[in-house]
Amino acid sequence: MKRRFALKAACAALAASGLVSLPALAADTIKVGILHSLSGTMAISETVLKDVALMTIDEINAKGGVLGKKLEPVVVDPASNWPLFAEKAKQLIAQDKVAAVFGCWTSVSRKSVLPVFEESNALLFYPVQYEGEELSKNVFYTGAAPNQQAIPAVEYLMSKDGGSAKRFVLLGTDYVYPRTTNKILRAFLHSKGIKDEDIMEEYTPFGHSDYQTIIGKIKKFAAEGKKTAVVSTINGDSNVPFYKELGNQGLKATDVPVVAFSVGEEELRGVDTKPLVGHLAAWNYFMSIKNPTNTAFIKEWSDYAKAKSIAGHKDKPLTNDPMEATYIGIHMWAQAVEKAKSTDPDKVIAAMSGQTFKAPGGFTSTMDPKNHHLHKPVFIGEIKSDGQFNVVWKTPGPVKAQPWSPFIPENKGKKDEPVINVAKK
Amino acid sequence: MIRHLLRVVAAVLVLVAASAHALTPEQALAMAAGDNDSRIAALNAAAASGDPRVAALVQALLDGNVKVAGEKAFIVADDGKAVDAASGAPATVPDGADDVSNNNRMRSALEAALAGLRLISSDVGVRGAAIAELAKSSLEESQLPLIEKAFAAETDDVLKARLERMRATLLISSSDRSKRLAAAAELAHSNQSAVASLLQERLAADAESDAEVRAALQQALSSVRARLAWGERLAVVFTGISLGSVLLLVALGLAITYGLMGVINMAHGELMMIGAYTTYIVQNIFRSYLPGAFDAYMLAAIPAAFIVSALVGAVLERGVIRFLYGRPLETLLATWGISLVLQQTVRSTFGAQNVPVENPSWLSGGVEVMSNLVLPFNRIAIIAFAFVVLGGVALLIARTRFGLFIRGVTQNRRMASCVGVDTAKVDMLAFSFGAGIAGLGGVALSQIGNVGPDLGQSYIVDSFLVVVLGGVGQLAGTVVAGLGLGVLNKLLEGVAGAVLAKIAVLVFIVIFIQRKPSGLFAMKGRSAEA
Repeated sequence: MKRRFALKAACAALAASGLVSLPALAADTIKVGILHSLSGTMAISETVLKDVALMTIDEINAKGGVLGKKLEPVVVDPASNWPLFAEKAKQLIAQDKVAAVFGCWTSVSRKSVLPVFEESNALLFYPVQYEGEELSKNVFYTGAAPNQQAIPAVEYLMSKDGGSAKRFVLLGTDYVYPRTTNKILRAFLHSKGIKDEDIMEEYTPFGHSDYQTIIGKIKKFAAEGKKTAVVSTINGDSNVPFYKELGNQGLKATDVPVVAFSVGEEELRGVDTKPLVGHLAAWNYFMSIKNPTNTAFIKEWSDYAKAKSIAGHKDKPLTNDPMEATYIGIHMWAQAVEKAKSTDPDKVIAAMSGQTFKAPGGFTSTMDPKNHHLHKPVFIGEIKSDGQFNVVWKTPGPVKAQPWSPFIPENKGKKDEPVINVAKK
Repeated sequence: MIRHLLRVVAAVLVLVAASAHALTPEQALAMAAGDNDSRIAALNAAAASGDPRVAALVQALLDGNVKVAGEKAFIVADDGKAVDAASGAPATVPDGADDVSNNNRMRSALEAALAGLRLISSDVGVRGAAIAELAKSSLEESQLPLIEKAFAAETDDVLKARLERMRATLLISSSDRSKRLAAAAELAHSNQSAVASLLQERLAADAESDAEVRAALQQALSSVRARLAWGERLAVVFTGISLGSVLLLVALGLAITYGLMGVINMAHGELMMIGAYTTYIVQNIFRSYLPGAFDAYMLAAIPAAFIVSALVGAVLERGVIRFLYGRPLETLLATWGISLVLQQTVRSTFGAQNVPVENPSWLSGGVEVMSNLVLPFNRIAIIAFAFVVLGGVALLIARTRFGLFIRGVTQNRRMASCVGVDTAKVDMLAFSFGAGIAGLGGVALSQIGNVGPDLGQSYIVDSFLVVVLGGVGQLAGTVVAGLGLGVLNKLLEGVAGAVLAKIAVLVFIVIFIQRKPSGLFAMKGRSAEA
């Protein structure tokens, strides 16, 4: 009897403290949500985005915050579980009343939260390259659209320096991003005169760990004709077994180069990169890019990782493209809030257009006045033996995003700005 | 464009002036700086001279040890000592020297040039390795003189024949029709996939116009393809056995705890995960305290994982499962709960992210059996390991006193107890033994996949499938089912892709279990009811 009473009392005390403390904090801070998988198959990529977001928020707070108020991050873990993303997004918006959410990596998670953000007219900043074919008023896309990553990468593979590839293996994880990207790439390759028999498409489930057959198939396909290249849209921790198998089976970059769109410095951390030298990745940022802004960004991250003793990064700090995109996204949002003098989503959306930010990638990134995407430079890097990338090709300057790919015929005539559906609301 | 042309011309001029002489500083610079076209031209011209300094420079370029400052190229060794690339004399690198970086195109040109230089080595072994290296790459027209030279000088019959074949890959596009015919006939003996794609390319509509040569090419292509097909078939069998041996390893522990003892242990996957995390810890201990013996960490990880998992198994059996014997539904729920507890414990201790387990160097890489069949060492090791563990389990069950007790207790508990067997102790030992085997499975999994708190989840279904399909209580059934499912999965994956193959295998198992509910190897006689 006594024990039960004690339990009840404890519960009541907990509930009370929760109720009392929340409103007290909300008065003098602005809450922002961080929605990244901290467990499950995507944790390999997303965990560090949570940390870099916290670092950026600390940085902004150290300079006095936004509108004179400190930012207060609310971190949730949707655990690589797509429906859970929507649930957690609802919680952030309805319960925590956050001013904006920074999060998502896979397109399937973004598609899952999209209705939540549109319905409650909230703001999502999405920091990862994706397949395009989407333009929501409530989302700012700070990663690359296909014309800022996939298309230039394939063009490079077809160039003399990229190995004049004539046959392509489109390899990906089985979900919306790889399927759509490969649809666009297939249409693009057709436009370059490459026939269907010279294109092989392969998909594996999330978390797939046995790449023996796939590598065997690539070898066979490569032996059946001219120079072959692989375009990989494999996402998450499957990349580790994929690259291990690639190295063990001795498929060298000089024979069959693999260009990846979701593999950066962080994903290669646990992999022996010596057999992988020369395989490629296309991004809008690499850690190895040399300029003062990037040096400062890397230093800030290294110090932060050491101070917070972030696993892995405290000994070997690494930065990558989605980290840069997260960093840009949060800063631009803060600038827009200052400009709008309000955190009201509609006012912030209006203030976002044309925002600029000096990005660690070495260029000033501009938010397009209309299409909610950044103008970004494109880099192609080859993996070096130390797990870093050697930039072998880059665009002369930032490129405007085309969310609606011109290579998909149905996109003809679609507007390059979010369509606000009046009938729906 | 003009500047680019000028550079090429300059490079070539420099080379012509210096050819057949020692490497000049201008030559060294032309190989290290400029655009790829001029660098490759400079490289191939310098390589033709056969100067040993060229080989040293090419090797250094490949290793990324070359710096350029002003008008000079330097080779910087790992210890920081620098030499002048052309003369080989010690030198100091000026500040602000740029690293020379190579892209894939440059690297393959460098590799081919290096192999070319080694073709004229006096050591037969070096020459053989160089030929093997060159056979895999696609050669450039400009390398023909070098190969002709090596061919003329070659004394070893086997190598001479291989050089002739290599020469044929270049002569196949010669302007002389008879040379092309001879080359096609020669290439028919090849077993290289590079040759297959070369022949395919020559057969394209715009490449070869002569009908007779086309026929010869076609014939050569089909005989090369036939040889390569064997490599592909063997690869399917190997990958199937490899996947099968993984399935066997993960199911073997379950074959004891579920198959023999009848405990539906949903925490079996977590016992594997514990084995994998033990490997991770042992690896970290070796890295911190015995970095010199890092490659041997696996030898310590195997017994450690067995013991840790077996201990956890013993605690589980004594703490929970022994109260639930004969109540399968409660066991299922209780062990499932335990699996969640174990996962969360690991997540809280090691973090939710995967932990990196590095392969020891002797498990990286592979052995090339045929040009399109490379057997990775880690896969070979896991197949061998699976069979060693299997042999150990089979011996223990069939030949030892402990095995006799396990069989006795599982077949007739009351009778075993009557004749003086301590059945509770046997239960505990048998369960821990099964758990220990699961831990060994975890060691193997850590070498091929990701180690994270969810590791067990992805294998628990597979391991139950294998045990049920093989026939509960039958070790032989587990072996056949594990290997069979592995090969079947890989055969289907080759045809239908990974996603569909997984579905097809599950459908197959559903149908099979409906037809034969007691599995492949059904127990015969009255004991089956027990």
